[in-house]
Amino acid sequence: MSSVKEPSANPLTLKERMKVPHQHMPEQPAELRVMNFTEVNLGYSTELARQEALRCLECAKATCVDHCPVGVKVKEFVQLIVAGDFLGAAAKIREDNVLPAITGRVCPQEDHCEGACLLHKKVESLGIGYLERFVADYEQRMGAPMAPDAPATGKKVAIVGSGPAGLSAAGDLVQKGHKVHVFEALHEIGGVLVYGIPEFRLPKQVIREQIDKMREMGVEFETNVVVGKTVTIDELFEEEGYDAMFIATGAGLPVFLNVPGEHLNGVYSANEFLTRINLMHAYEFPRYDEPMVDLRGRHVAVIGGGNTALDAIRSARRLGAEKAYVIYRRSETEMPARIEEVKHAKQEGIEFRMLTNPVEFLDDGRGWLKGARCVRMELGEPDASGRRRPMAIEGSEFEIPLHVAIIATGTSANPLIQSTTPGLKTNKRGYIEANEESQRTSRKGVFAGGDIVTGAATVILAMGAGRRAAKSIHEYLSTGEW
Amino acid sequence: MFKILKAGFIAPGIKRFVIEAPRIARKHQAGQFVILRLDEHGERIPLTIESADGEGGTISLVVQSVGKTTNQLNALNEGDTILDVVGPLGKPSKIEKFGTVVIVGGGVGTALAYPTTVALKRAGNRILTILGGRNRDLVILEDEMRAVSDALYVTTDDGSYGEKGLVTDKLRELLVSEERIQLVLAVGPVPMMKAVADLTRERGVHTVVSLNPIMIDGTGMCGGCRVLVGGKSQFACVDGPEFDAHEVNFDVLMQRNRTYREQEKRSLEEYQHGLQNRGENEEPNTCLVGGGKP
Repeated sequence: MSSVKEPSANPLTLKERMKVPHQHMPEQPAELRVMNFTEVNLGYSTELARQEALRCLECAKATCVDHCPVGVKVKEFVQLIVAGDFLGAAAKIREDNVLPAITGRVCPQEDHCEGACLLHKKVESLGIGYLERFVADYEQRMGAPMAPDAPATGKKVAIVGSGPAGLSAAGDLVQKGHKVHVFEALHEIGGVLVYGIPEFRLPKQVIREQIDKMREMGVEFETNVVVGKTVTIDELFEEEGYDAMFIATGAGLPVFLNVPGEHLNGVYSANEFLTRINLMHAYEFPRYDEPMVDLRGRHVAVIGGGNTALDAIRSARRLGAEKAYVIYRRSETEMPARIEEVKHAKQEGIEFRMLTNPVEFLDDGRGWLKGARCVRMELGEPDASGRRRPMAIEGSEFEIPLHVAIIATGTSANPLIQSTTPGLKTNKRGYIEANEESQRTSRKGVFAGGDIVTGAATVILAMGAGRRAAKSIHEYLSTGEW
Repeated sequence: MFKILKAGFIAPGIKRFVIEAPRIARKHQAGQFVILRLDEHGERIPLTIESADGEGGTISLVVQSVGKTTNQLNALNEGDTILDVVGPLGKPSKIEKFGTVVIVGGGVGTALAYPTTVALKRAGNRILTILGGRNRDLVILEDEMRAVSDALYVTTDDGSYGEKGLVTDKLRELLVSEERIQLVLAVGPVPMMKAVADLTRERGVHTVVSLNPIMIDGTGMCGGCRVLVGGKSQFACVDGPEFDAHEVNFDVLMQRNRTYREQEKRSLEEYQHGLQNRGENEEPNTCLVGGGKP
């Protein structure tokens, strides 16, 4: 264990710090929250935040920072919390992360900073995500002043897509003095943060506040523009005078299972189900016009084991589903979802049907879903993803009665931009080819990052790509060298 | 915000709008559509672009009052605005010189077929047009279509105008009387498109239909608009909206279009009775019920 060398505001010895209990996140009781869409986690109080911050060992070699895709200076911001300088802590995070109120809520910290936390070897990891959220919310309440404007460079950058990758790049680029214009295909800014992640996990108000901050910083947003359709990349260069472009359009098309019965009414892609609820407010029908099938008293299952799957099924629960299942072909260990979401889902009465795979959706005779025929699975040797390969057990078929099934097994590349941008190389799965470090594509001046390059990943990985792109775009604009 | 520059009924319940949308107008090609949302509480609905003026920066839409949103839209007038309009979406119609092309327009579908008909005529095709409607009032754009057709026939279900009967009755005649028809384009109600497809399938005449499934984002993201074409899932928004009629499973399309029938009916009734209270204090009714026991 490393020792504390620098002067620290933390009065506790390392041993004492290990004895401070991990401060749990206050949350809405499960029996209450299944009846509403308001946020599950209520946030740390000042007292809880300072208690938790005291647990930081202030390691000389802060592995938490190395494991953060955007390189948030965790140790430094936590020290500032210990010292009681919450605005200073927020400013410290903002040096590397323009969306702390969002990542503090949705980032899979156990795979990054908290997974690397040395405390984790003996006790629970430091609640870095909770602390990040705390300072971001504190900053929002206090209305912290914005960083001073950088001198204008006179260069124009177009960002295509206003999800986490695009916003992250926009924030970094505007701070370098470039003129940044973000195009969004939908009517609201935020991409997957708005259409994908439900209110109870990431309130729209939080996203709006972060976007407003970016507007104050000078970022321009234009909704209702589908780049590739409404305007092409070439037109943006030639007719609208952009000097560089960052394509961050996200993964795109939902993948279905290709099993019989997928066209029955009541079978949804997770993207559609969540878009109806989140972007279109179908949970507030008829106050909002977008409808959702009536889930009250119904049996609903989501197929898949990621965060999207849990978001969908927990939404269904809140809309009154009596039975709510997660059907996943591997075991719980292999589920890619955040640990906290799994915990919350179980508290909310979601049933986990692991090692189960649907092979057919069954028709009630009138075109509506009545159930899924499933097979039981077992795990074999590890496959290319490093996870044990699920294999169907012969003769294990059984039926689960269902009214609604939501497919959350992934997405494939959206071809809209690639098909209208000559010279932009894609890989064999249709994703845009971009250098892993510089995010440069095969087209001069065009950078790409996030899910449109990697396939579906997480908010924080997309933000990491956005940061790398911003750095590399700034270099390109400064030197003109490609 | 998108401004309505002109608005006027062209038939009972069918209104034409000219909307300021310079980016869309510039890029529009025949067969493409827009998605619009009227206000903060609105749903997103797809509407085919009837025509576009790239230089003037306007597009025109023809809208039939069917559900709540279309009724609400058709209550708007010159000077009003629409909150969101995005497009042009979907693949453009395939335009080339085929030879003899039969255009079948049913009701408001005629407006959707119009820009493609113009383009096909310009490409040197011989255009035979069949317009149909339940009655005289619902036969629209007759003059416009006549101007780009070599022959034009009208059928009405009740015989109040043109020949009494269905568009397929006329099409059946043409399939016999015409030596060779290279393409049939049918746009209208799904049962009409299905009937056309069944008729031309027997004769082996290539037929294209423009589909109108439930849609939300229109960019391929949600998959709500999936249709079964040749036994495979296709997304009408990015793979269509036009498909080979002989490959389309119309029964699945009709079944999926009925998904929200009850909710749509309720929305429309509440709108028509002026019952919709969108006050911020009102609890959304779904949340009064909530989930089961955790």
